[in-house]
Formats: sequence, structure tokens, C-alpha cells
Amino acid sequence: METISNVIGFLPALIKATPLTLLLTAVAGVFGLVIGTLVALARLSGRRILSVPAYVFTFAFRGTPLLVQIYLVYYGLGQVLPGTWVRHSFLWPYLRDGLWYAIFALSLNQASYNAEVIRGAIKAIPRGQIEAAKSIGMRSSMILRRITLPQAFRSCLPVLTGDLIILLKTTSLASTITILEVMGTARMLQRQSLLIFEPLIAAGIIYFTVVFILTRVMGVVEKRLTRYRTAKA
Amino acid sequence: MAATALSVKNIHKSFGSVEVLKGVSFEAKSGDVISLIGSSGSGKSTLLRCINYLETPDEGEISVSGEVIRTVKGKDGKLAAADKRQLEHIRTRLGMVFQSFNLWSHKTILENIIEGPIHVLGMARKDAIGEAELLMEKVGITPKRDHYPNQLSGGQQQRAAIARALAMKPEVMLFDEPTSALDPELVNEVLLVIKKLAEEGRTMVMVTHEMSLARDISSEVIFLHKGLVEERGAPSQMMRDPQSARLRQFLQMA
Repeated sequence: METISNVIGFLPALIKATPLTLLLTAVAGVFGLVIGTLVALARLSGRRILSVPAYVFTFAFRGTPLLVQIYLVYYGLGQVLPGTWVRHSFLWPYLRDGLWYAIFALSLNQASYNAEVIRGAIKAIPRGQIEAAKSIGMRSSMILRRITLPQAFRSCLPVLTGDLIILLKTTSLASTITILEVMGTARMLQRQSLLIFEPLIAAGIIYFTVVFILTRVMGVVEKRLTRYRTAKA
Repeated sequence: MAATALSVKNIHKSFGSVEVLKGVSFEAKSGDVISLIGSSGSGKSTLLRCINYLETPDEGEISVSGEVIRTVKGKDGKLAAADKRQLEHIRTRLGMVFQSFNLWSHKTILENIIEGPIHVLGMARKDAIGEAELLMEKVGITPKRDHYPNQLSGGQQQRAAIARALAMKPEVMLFDEPTSALDPELVNEVLLVIKKLAEEGRTMVMVTHEMSLARDISSEVIFLHKGLVEERGAPSQMMRDPQSARLRQFLQMA
């Protein structure tokens, strides 16, 4: 009984930390999608000067643990940047905050996963639909914008949603570089209360609730956007 | 005498070491219907695809109403379009209908038809919809206006694809085996639409296996064999009295 009331007691502090978790997820999610799309296009490009770096990027970021990437960015850049012009620029006050390093690492990591998914989806678009677009005189940038990408995103939406949910839970790693999002707050509560399980259980409840809502929302979005495949004659 | 709508000169095309087209020429005057026939592998589809540069010919010249598609010779001695913008503009003047319809699956039938007029030709949305409605009426798919391609039968999809091509107001229509992917009972509805277009005096070039269609609506039939024109002429005469042994054999099998 006491456990339950302890868990409930921790919830308000964790709910207050939830916006930060959502912010990390949203920002890294958007950057990950944008960068991931560019990387996917680069990989599909016929020019090796684009496709090779894109391949190396995805290979490196998917091949190493995110925690290593976060540490490398946080401690690595944290050591390099003070010796450069950045130290005296307007950016510095921001760059002292671990949040930016977390967003940087999470975005690139997410981009590497998204890139592979989007690349596959682009490749799966029937060639004939691209030819039809060419045949009415569309230029290639317009084909990309109006035919290729809209279809690619729609077809890989379920996977992208899955990756976004994984990202949401992965943001907990940001707690390792001093960020007080949900997990960071839970660990702080552990230290303050000297209770091991209760803050973690409360954090689990928060993550679960957010994932549940996110899954529902994305389910509706998916249904709307993929009507063209499921609609009955 | 009618003006030349399309001129195809000395088209060569190889895929790897296989020479698919070995120098084919023909001309379509405004209002002509030209049927390209031949067995599979004769190069007829490749020839059609060379007209709007979906395949770039290795050699030769295409012109639409006298405007030549400008080309440059690459290092390998093969041609490439010299000016993308010019090619894109010429493509807007050539409507193409594909064997497998190739409607954009994420767009409704109406959206498929107005896509080009709005985004390529810069037409106002309201005007584009107005014209699309007339075209849907013409090909008989008005009730399917807000459906997605996968909700339509093959015949309906092909008629929608014809409407999409017509919406660009092309000077020449290109048909690449428009009925080959259809179930037998759906072929007729598409043939009727194509016949209607021919009767309106549209300039058309079509690759087809439908010999009765070729006979009924063509002004000229061109029989391709191994990348060369084996025989050409008026349809009735060619089909009644084929000169070459190969055409005779081909007609017996068709």
C-alpha cells in the first residue's frame, strides 16, 4: 500500500518533466525526418560524392550505440568547442546546456534509421508512376515533391511511427548527460527519497501513457493518409 | 495538306549489346493515326518510348510540330537531351498512355487528372477541375471522380489514364499497348474511347496487338521486325495483302 502511495506521490514531479521528454522527441523526430530524407536521397543519388558519405553516415550511426554517440558528442564537443571561436560567440550560453548535445546526437541517430526506411520506401515506388509524371512534363524536383516523397512517406509511415516511439523511450538516455527529463527526474527522485523502485515505476507509467496516446494519434493519421490503399471499391 | 505533327527520324537504340532499333523513321501529319505492330522484341514499345525520351535514342531526331528535341552527343557517342526544360515542354505536348495505366496511387481520379494542368501548365484549380469534369464525362468515369485508382477496374483505370493525358491538351497522343494488361471483358470499353478519339481527328501513335483496332482506325500501319520497318502502308491493304512473308506469318498468328 505504501508503495502505491509513494508511486503516486512521485507522479506530479515526473509529469512536470514530461514536456522536456516530448520536446526532445519532437525536435529530434523532426530533424531526424528531415535529415533522414536528405540522406536517403543522397544514398539513392547516382553521384558517388553524395551516396558514399550518406552510406558511411548511416553505417556509422546505426552501427554504434546511441549512448556512445551521446557521450562522444557531449564530452567530445564539450572539449573541442571551448578552444574555438564558438567560445566567444552568441551560441556559447546555449552550448553549455546538455540539451543541445542530446538533441544533436538523437537527431543524427534518428536520421540514420529514418534514412534507411525512407530509402526503401522510395525504391519500392513503381517506376511507371515516375514515368507517368515525366511524360506530362514534370521536372524532377516536382516529381520528388509531388509523387515520390508523398507516396514514400505514406507507405513507410507505420515504420516511422514505430521509430518515433522508440525515440521517445530512447530520450531517457539524455538523463546521462544531466538532462532532467522524465528519466533524469526519476533518478533524482531516487537519490532524494532513497527509494529504488517507486520512482522507476512512476516513470514507467508516464512513458507508457505517452506511448499509448502517441500510438492512438498516429493510428488515426495513418488511417487517413493510407486511405488510397485500403479503400474498398 | 495537313501539317506534320510528329516526325521521327532514323531512331537507333541499343540496350547493352542488343540493338533494339536500327534506324526507324516515320511521320504523322495532323489527324493521322499510326499503328505500330510487330511481335514482341520487335522494338515497337521502345520506339514509342523514344518519342518522348522516356528512353533516350542513341541516334536520330524527334520533332513535334517542327520543333526538334535538342540533343548533345555524350562521351560515349550517344545522345542526351541538351535542354531539360525544352524536353519537359515538349513532353507536355505529347500525351502518353501506358500499358499498366500508371495512375498515381495516392491521388484520387480527379486529382490525377488535374495534377498536370495545375502544376505543370499553371492552370487555375477551378478551370482545371471544370475541364477534368468534361474529360471524365467523355471517358465515362464521372462516378469514380473521388475514388482512388486501386478501387477501379483495369478498364476504368485506363480510361482515367487517357483522361489524364488528354487534360494536358497534347498535340499527339502516344498509346503503349493500352489494352494488353486488361481482362478480355474490359478491353472493349477502352477501345471505344480510343476509337472516339480517332474519330475526333486526334493525332495518335499507338503500339497495339489489337489488329481489328489497327485496321479500323489507322491511317498508316507500320510493321516492325527486329528493329527495322519491314512493311508499312494503309491498314486494309496491308492486312488483306501483306507483301513480306514475316508480316503474313505475324497476321496469321494474331
